[in-house]
Amino acid sequence: MKKTLLINGKNYTVDVQENMPLLWAIRDVVGLTGTKFGCGVAQCGACSILVDGKLIKSCSTPVSYGVDKEIFTIEGTSENLEYLREAWNDGNVPQCGYCQSGQLIAATALLDTVQNPTDEDINKAMSDNICRCGTYTRIRKAIHKAVELKNNNS
Amino acid sequence: MSSIQKVDRRDFMKLFGLASAGVILGCNVGADSKIYLPKVKVAFSPNLFIQLNKDGSIILMASRSEMGQGIRTSLASAIADELEADWKYITVKQATGNAKYGNQNTDGSRSVRTLLEPMRKMGATAKQMLVSAASKRWNISQSDCKAENHFVINLKTKEKIFYGDLVDEASNQEVPTEDKLTLKETKDFKYIGKKLPSIDLKDFTHGTATYGIDVRIPNMKFAAIARCPVTFGSVKSFNDSSAKKIVGVEKIFKIDRKKPGIGQQFYGCLGGVAVIANNTWSAFQGKLELDIEWDFGENQSFNSDSFKEKLTKRIQENGKVVPGSKGDVFNAFEIANQTLEATYHVPFLVHAPMEVPNATAWYQKDKIEVWAPVQDPQTARAELATFFDIPLENITINVTFLGGGFGRKSKSDFVVEAVTISKEINAPVQVVWTREDDIKHSFYHATSIQYLKAGIQSDGKVNAWLQRVALPSIVSSFKPMSDYASGLELNQGFTNNPYNLENFRLENVKAEAHLRIGWLRSVVHIHSGFGNNSFVDELAFTAKKDPVQFHLDLIGKDRIIKGRSNYPYNSKRMKNVLQNTAKIANWGKELPKNHGIGIAIHYSFYSYVATAVEVSMNNGKVKVENIWTTIDCGLVLNKDNVINQLEGAAIFGMSLALFGKVTTKDGAVEQNNFFDYQMTRMKDAPNITIDIIDNINEKPTGVGEPGVPVIAPAICNAIFNTTGKRYRSLPLIDEGLV
Ligand code: FES
Ligand code: FES
Repeated sequence: MKKTLLINGKNYTVDVQENMPLLWAIRDVVGLTGTKFGCGVAQCGACSILVDGKLIKSCSTPVSYGVDKEIFTIEGTSENLEYLREAWNDGNVPQCGYCQSGQLIAATALLDTVQNPTDEDINKAMSDNICRCGTYTRIRKAIHKAVELKNNNS
Repeated sequence: MSSIQKVDRRDFMKLFGLASAGVILGCNVGADSKIYLPKVKVAFSPNLFIQLNKDGSIILMASRSEMGQGIRTSLASAIADELEADWKYITVKQATGNAKYGNQNTDGSRSVRTLLEPMRKMGATAKQMLVSAASKRWNISQSDCKAENHFVINLKTKEKIFYGDLVDEASNQEVPTEDKLTLKETKDFKYIGKKLPSIDLKDFTHGTATYGIDVRIPNMKFAAIARCPVTFGSVKSFNDSSAKKIVGVEKIFKIDRKKPGIGQQFYGCLGGVAVIANNTWSAFQGKLELDIEWDFGENQSFNSDSFKEKLTKRIQENGKVVPGSKGDVFNAFEIANQTLEATYHVPFLVHAPMEVPNATAWYQKDKIEVWAPVQDPQTARAELATFFDIPLENITINVTFLGGGFGRKSKSDFVVEAVTISKEINAPVQVVWTREDDIKHSFYHATSIQYLKAGIQSDGKVNAWLQRVALPSIVSSFKPMSDYASGLELNQGFTNNPYNLENFRLENVKAEAHLRIGWLRSVVHIHSGFGNNSFVDELAFTAKKDPVQFHLDLIGKDRIIKGRSNYPYNSKRMKNVLQNTAKIANWGKELPKNHGIGIAIHYSFYSYVATAVEVSMNNGKVKVENIWTTIDCGLVLNKDNVINQLEGAAIFGMSLALFGKVTTKDGAVEQNNFFDYQMTRMKDAPNITIDIIDNINEKPTGVGEPGVPVIAPAICNAIFNTTGKRYRSLPLIDEGLV
């Protein structure tokens, strides 16, 4: 099946089976490897991406779902993601870094919907994303920090 | 340390492929002796490098793997400090796996410990050459020059020259001998011991760091392997007709187990049926479609539940007495006011790093190139040389970023698999494990049963301590019939516990291995830390003493025990971290209803750690509210990195205390993926406070692992503190507490 995927504002034509998960189409066919494989069964969030602004686990979503929609991955840029990146730097969040693509995308989805999230909101939004290195407390702080950076800037 | 030398640029380019001009310094660092490693011959050639370029950039060649422990940043900070460099000019490049770089094995929390001083000397050497070059240009004495923030300053005229502009002249200077080097005083450190952001942050936040699984080579294939559910079982026959129908699947064939020879400290690989495809997912799908008849082999009757029962029974009887035992515990029990006994259990555990095991390999006639997230590239290389009969120098291992390691990626079975397949298909290939593969075919952290008995005198003092330990040994992975824990394993918190005991007896009890046993972050300390600290808490309660005071009394008088290493145990430092943790946790304060607090201490990888945990109980479920940890790890290179590691260790420790367990039925691991091998998530994450004892005059010691062993016992002690119920078996989810 030949289909066009719009990823971070750029069109990519892929020739894959319809039921191939978006994750593998993005990683192995398109060649954007920032989105990670962690479990394959929607349990860890490493593969998080946004499709038309909605947070999804790309390992468990078929490529057909992404057609004619806007796909956003860690290679992309958005206002909230940039504030988050700055806060991630500021708080020296990553350890091995492997889960952080997914964490940043999930946090972007959170800030896109909740302007000033509480710890409770963060727990709810971020608990699908496993970090085996254990950077949770830094992620929590960094999300608050990103909001602060944004508010100071507007 | 061997002397620092200038390196011939052509040699250097062969190693790193960097073509830019500049001054290159190299030195050779001796490595710690390694327990589970084959002896790789280290030729005399440098294993650490710094290169100064004309644009001012300074490239450090790190000889260790990065897996989240921040080692690249830490080592760079040591060089930058002595070199008086500006941090923004520093980059780090990873060395390929090559005996030329000395011991590259990254485990045992030893990188900083062994590399700090050589790194500092390298920095100081480069600085001296730059200063010497500048002084010649100005025609003044070196004492009238000062290096500062990437410039050499003429103290008389205040003129300055940028480092990059001195490169040509500096490369013509003599390399100063070691006795001519002046290292900075600790108080003058600018980077060492300070908060420094990770050098790789930008890549981590943009998805551009290349992990093993991200390696892409033209025309590469992707492979998945179906391995026997039972350890060391083999393929009898298989039917691949439906697997072949999967779009993208190109080839399916059997691969044999590669078994290391006796005494070879290699890992080999398990064998199975390999599915080759043009993308990862098709390979995964093809593997699921295979219909395989297995010969399950000798481990097919292994049930972890009955094994636990067997060990629990065995532990009631005497084991082999371990050297280091002293006094007469049995006599002391007789005269004690009372005695206390308890039995503790830790299950098998698996590392489950976020990045699954994977490797990309290209076997070409007489050479092999590998790209992989390995903690120990040299063993991988030596294994390949042996199994594929290719000369060592024709094997290159490119170490990628590691998406977590925790000990799993020291074992390079996945590299051996990739090379096997590449050889068969005559093309580059990436082998990717599914998460299920990772959980079902690992080198597991051993299970253990321990029995403890102590005598308490009427004054509440402990007069005797008997401990029996049964745990399958790591050595079994290299040497069959290794049915007892090795001396090195027992020396992780059992023979060298931090207490001052007059009568002490340690017994080693038989425990066979039916899974591949490996090491996991903090290794045997997980067992000793759990047993010792739970039991001391029980003793304190029995003796009606405050647990902190009871621990302090048990650690006893100030004393220094030399041991066999260069890092003597100092009881004062142990007490100091304990007192500090009690202080920052506000030990003794009134707690909210249903809250409890527990304490644990441990000495591992030559570092001293004390942790207090506060939990709350709600409807019989436990929630970890606060964790306070103090570490004394000697001189600290990068404070924020130490804090980050200790925070991570707290979460890792919580995962194993609350959720971690691998069980087997009929020889096969029962867990599958993160839904049944669970771990701590954001909603479970407590407040974590880390305090570092500034011990600038002590040698740096381990950081990555020592924070783990204290967490599980401190949680159990906290639960006891509020509920009065003692949990002696992990994980707590099995007790209905989660
Ligand atoms: S890989 Fe998709 S949720 Fe884990
Ligand atoms: S930083 Fe390593 S898994 Fe999150």
